[in-house]
Amino acid sequence: MRNCAMVDPKSHWQSQRFKSRLRRRNRFERQFRYLGIAAIALAGLSLSVLLVSVLANGLGATYRTEIALDIEFDPEILGIEVPGAGETAEITASADFRAVLRTSLMQRFPDAEGRSEVRELVALLSRGAAAELADRLVEDPALLGQRIEAWIPASDDVNFWLKSEAGDSGSNSRLSERQVAWIEALAADDRVARRFNGRFFSSGDSREPELAGIGGALIGSALTLLVTLAVSFPLGVAAAVYLEEFAPDNRWTRQLEININNLAAVPSIVFGLLGLAVFLGLFGMPRSAPVVGGLTLALMTLPVIIIASRASIAAVPFWIRESARGLGASPVQVVAHQVLPIAMPGIVTGTLLGLARAMGETAPLLMIGMVAFIVDVPTNFTDAASALPVQIFLWADSPERGFVEKVSGAILVLLALLGILNGAAILLRQKFEQHW
Amino acid sequence: MTQLISERELPSAAAEPRTDAGGDIVKMSARGVNVYYGDVHAIQDVSLEISKDEVTALIGPSGCGKSTLLRCFNRMNDDIVGCRVTGDIRLDGEPIADSEMDVVELRARVGMVFQKPYPFPKSIVENVAYGQRIHGLAKKGAELDAVVENSLRGAGLWDEVRDRLDSPANSLSGGQQQRLCIARALAVNPEVILMDEPCSALDPIATAKVEELIDELRGEYAIAIVTHNLQQAARVSQKTAFFHMGELIEFGSTSEIFTNPKIQKTNDYITGRYG
Repeated sequence: MRNCAMVDPKSHWQSQRFKSRLRRRNRFERQFRYLGIAAIALAGLSLSVLLVSVLANGLGATYRTEIALDIEFDPEILGIEVPGAGETAEITASADFRAVLRTSLMQRFPDAEGRSEVRELVALLSRGAAAELADRLVEDPALLGQRIEAWIPASDDVNFWLKSEAGDSGSNSRLSERQVAWIEALAADDRVARRFNGRFFSSGDSREPELAGIGGALIGSALTLLVTLAVSFPLGVAAAVYLEEFAPDNRWTRQLEININNLAAVPSIVFGLLGLAVFLGLFGMPRSAPVVGGLTLALMTLPVIIIASRASIAAVPFWIRESARGLGASPVQVVAHQVLPIAMPGIVTGTLLGLARAMGETAPLLMIGMVAFIVDVPTNFTDAASALPVQIFLWADSPERGFVEKVSGAILVLLALLGILNGAAILLRQKFEQHW
Repeated sequence: MTQLISERELPSAAAEPRTDAGGDIVKMSARGVNVYYGDVHAIQDVSLEISKDEVTALIGPSGCGKSTLLRCFNRMNDDIVGCRVTGDIRLDGEPIADSEMDVVELRARVGMVFQKPYPFPKSIVENVAYGQRIHGLAKKGAELDAVVENSLRGAGLWDEVRDRLDSPANSLSGGQQQRLCIARALAVNPEVILMDEPCSALDPIATAKVEELIDELRGEYAIAIVTHNLQQAARVSQKTAFFHMGELIEFGSTSEIFTNPKIQKTNDYITGRYG
């Protein structure tokens, strides 16, 4: 005899009511699973749309249109004195490489007559073409007086005309009919081509999209992040160790903990204001410098590292500390020998994620002047520099159409770097992980 | 409450080895020890002695304070926030209170083995060498190797691990891990070993090995062991202290406690009425 014989169990489990309820429950389980799959699929779809659109635009940034011209480094046109035997030519700043280009173009197209036509002809080439030519002669002074075939960067307008030509020829091109005729003539000779643009990775910013590169921003970001890492990692880990292992548990430390958690949620531009007031205002450090950017981002990253490190340290089993102390280890020895090695994977992961966030940060850098137009690639921590996200912001703001693909290209590079940082986080995690 | 310890005056300094009522040399003594966790009075006025050449077992139902008292002997309770210990505890007649003795020295002389076998997540050899390392005793090479071998031999583990000293400690079985923890404690060359339920996480065969080991270590080290297992207390110890609700109910030779307890409560416990 059972006590709970309110319902006869056998008939209950086999009743119609129970069976239909079971079916409902199973249906709900199924639907819940489908919902989850749908959510993941939606997320994956959005991500791939983003990646595809950025990739489609951004890969173009690594190519540029160039025109092959017969260039004669004529000392007379350049205005450079021919050196004596054994001497190398001195390439002066006043050397007129534009004239060399103009001459070359006019030889190719003798039909161009009059100042305006010649100006249109020269406008086929990038404004930076003369400078690239000068670089080439500086690199190899023996070219003086020689005649070579050189690929010269075309102007942004030519680049776009070629791109849109495939689609509709009657687009609102900025090229005149004459210019189009010239380009078509050059193209018929196989003298127009899209070639790999190494400058994109090596040079600094420029007013001309075809000359602008992310080299300066990359180095600027790297220098900035180095400062951020060097400042925030030791400080953050030390703070976390103190709070977790040594600090007494009282009103003050609890208050401190709340404040650190809040700091991690403070909008980044506020840290920019702090950096502006303290580093630039109070300490008079140089504007736009990676050292200031790094310090400002370190302020922002510190709470993230402290929180991640504290969580990681707190997750170290209590008995590890107890065992070490039982052998007579001092508190610092317990932390240094046992707790930190075990907590390190979590700390490193948190730090790298914090750095990844810092690398993508624009707002605080705006406040300390890293948003400037900087042509030179920085070489040390106090040079004026830009950073990748700031460079993207600057280009996105530019009216020239050529910058659109530069923006996508820079975003691709930024995404790749973020991917590398996250990959490094995973690798380091596996390397440091101790199993027991 | 009755205490079967002599009420005579303690000597002020460690002049000569003191003996208890039964004539055994006292290694550690606790007199009038009280422990508070915040407002909870966990140990109430306990006096107890650990003999030099014997195994002292601390028994009693869960929450009776036996582990808490054990942890007083190497001041592990210092690290617990809100825990306060009063009373006089001595090692070889020297007071071990914070003002008298450095805790590092105390823990080097009074080693501890914990309830669960918790080796550090490192290699076997590093586990054993850790105590030497933190105290700056043996540096490296042959000297350290000898210490490691002796400790592992002392813990009866050498023959099982001699070929894989560099493999991770967690690759050992539970019983081996606990003996590794004992070897780790032996490597510091302590005078007293405190064992806090060393076999509660082990299977019967591993337990038997550890008990055998305790028997071998007796005489070389003063040993105090907390155990839930009454048969174990009867097997390994010569002195037994029975605790209940934070009080020491009865303390005496193991044979007497188990065969002829003087207090009814002790009798009820060892005969299985409660606990």
